[in-house]
Amino acid sequence: MELIWQGIKSAFILIFSGNKEILGIILLTLKVSGIAVIISMAFGIPIGLLIGLNNFKSKRFVITIINTGMGLPPVAAGLFVSLMLWRSGPLGIIGIMYTPTAMIIAQVLIASPIIAGVTLAAVQQVNPKLKLQALSLGANRVQVLWILLKEAKLPALAAIMAGFGGVISEVGAVMMVGGNIKGQTRVLTTATVQNVRMGNFDVAIALVIILLILAFIVNIFLTLIQQRENMTWYQRFWK
Amino acid sequence: MRNFKKAIAVIIITALAIIGCMAATACTKDAELILASTTSTQDSGLFDELIPAFEKATGYKVKVIAVGSGEAIKLGEKGEADVLLVHSRKAEGQFVADGYGINRKDVMHNDFIIVGPGSDPAKIKDMESAAEAFKAIADSGSIFLSRADDSGTHKKELSIWETAQVKPAGDWYIETGQGMGETLQIAQEKLGYTLTDNATWFATKSSPGSSLVELVKGDKTLYNPYGVIAVNPGKHPDLKINYKGATAFIDFITGVQGQKIIKEFGVAKYGQPLFYPDVIK
Repeated sequence: MELIWQGIKSAFILIFSGNKEILGIILLTLKVSGIAVIISMAFGIPIGLLIGLNNFKSKRFVITIINTGMGLPPVAAGLFVSLMLWRSGPLGIIGIMYTPTAMIIAQVLIASPIIAGVTLAAVQQVNPKLKLQALSLGANRVQVLWILLKEAKLPALAAIMAGFGGVISEVGAVMMVGGNIKGQTRVLTTATVQNVRMGNFDVAIALVIILLILAFIVNIFLTLIQQRENMTWYQRFWK
Repeated sequence: MRNFKKAIAVIIITALAIIGCMAATACTKDAELILASTTSTQDSGLFDELIPAFEKATGYKVKVIAVGSGEAIKLGEKGEADVLLVHSRKAEGQFVADGYGINRKDVMHNDFIIVGPGSDPAKIKDMESAAEAFKAIADSGSIFLSRADDSGTHKKELSIWETAQVKPAGDWYIETGQGMGETLQIAQEKLGYTLTDNATWFATKSSPGSSLVELVKGDKTLYNPYGVIAVNPGKHPDLKINYKGATAFIDFITGVQGQKIIKEFGVAKYGQPLFYPDVIK
């Protein structure tokens, strides 16, 4: 118990003392996971929509694959990306092993199936008559997609939060492809592991608390968007 | 509508641009150096002093991959690292003999020690021979934690078992497969014995809840030398191995400045040095 309390104290000291190293770690964590989630959205949402809204023969098989992908162990993604990015690997010539870019790539592999899977489940439960109604009112294909996405806004944002939560908390992939290099590829999760290894439990707990606060802030923001209904601006403000 | 498609396009293009520009800056490859090393040098904090000094003196940017001597040597064999700093003498010798490494130099040393619970069920305290202590542990069936990860520490532990003519197996022999810091923690929780290097021991023993004590030290077989080796670029002509950077690192770490940093490291914090320089004492 004492340890946890010490951890909480250390967390506040670390944040408010403006410790440069910790600040750098926090910013890198946000940068890597943030960019990864944005790219994953660009892949995952269209794929989720495409599969959810169209009917084709192997639809159930494809959905199973995506759902399995949601359970992809992060360390497996890390291993795969390493095999690609090692000097001896097919993409080794680009030389981005042990860089934040490699970490982003690995996290995209982890988050994309999550976002795609939740999106396609979300969009499938939208009232099918809505699609027909939109089409009958003269909407083109993309407009139909947009309307359906807006209907499925709740679960779609849940998909993004799930994707973000999945990657900001993972350690195996970024450890492998990033190398946990101080000042270059160390993020909150790998820094926690490092401090546990060194026996600095209070710092480790502090880092975990910071990570949770970060995730909380991001999720507040996304949840506000998710829960916002159609109101006038001042109704929104006072809600 | 079109805005939706445009947005997606913008996102993808931005992402590719970011990746492209990051890869481009990574193309100043000559200034980057990949150092594969052990967890003991990283966990003790030595690199936190040595690396910035080296980077300042030479302008190279070092990526320290702390994995354990076995994996470090494997990375060297594959050409995925430029220089190694490890403590696994026999494996180092093999590495050089096989042509994977060149310009191997002694850097520093410290000692291994056997630590364990204060109650010392195997009664090994102050024994002079590490092998005898190991035999006592095996005979009494006391819990022993092994790194089991091909690291320098693990290799040393196996060689001691060999000297003691004991094949460690059974419920009492626990293989953690992890680094020294983690293994020490598990040893603490399970009240078991383990072999550890002095540096990691010092750096972690002041952590809360630490109840392990030093039991056996001083035996000559517990000598723990570290060596630095440059990866031979000739073995992988198609990979961009930074031999120049490796040489600069070897020169630094065996030179006046590097050896001084090693000599003074830890003295202020722990009251004694954690590593002893071998080139300039």
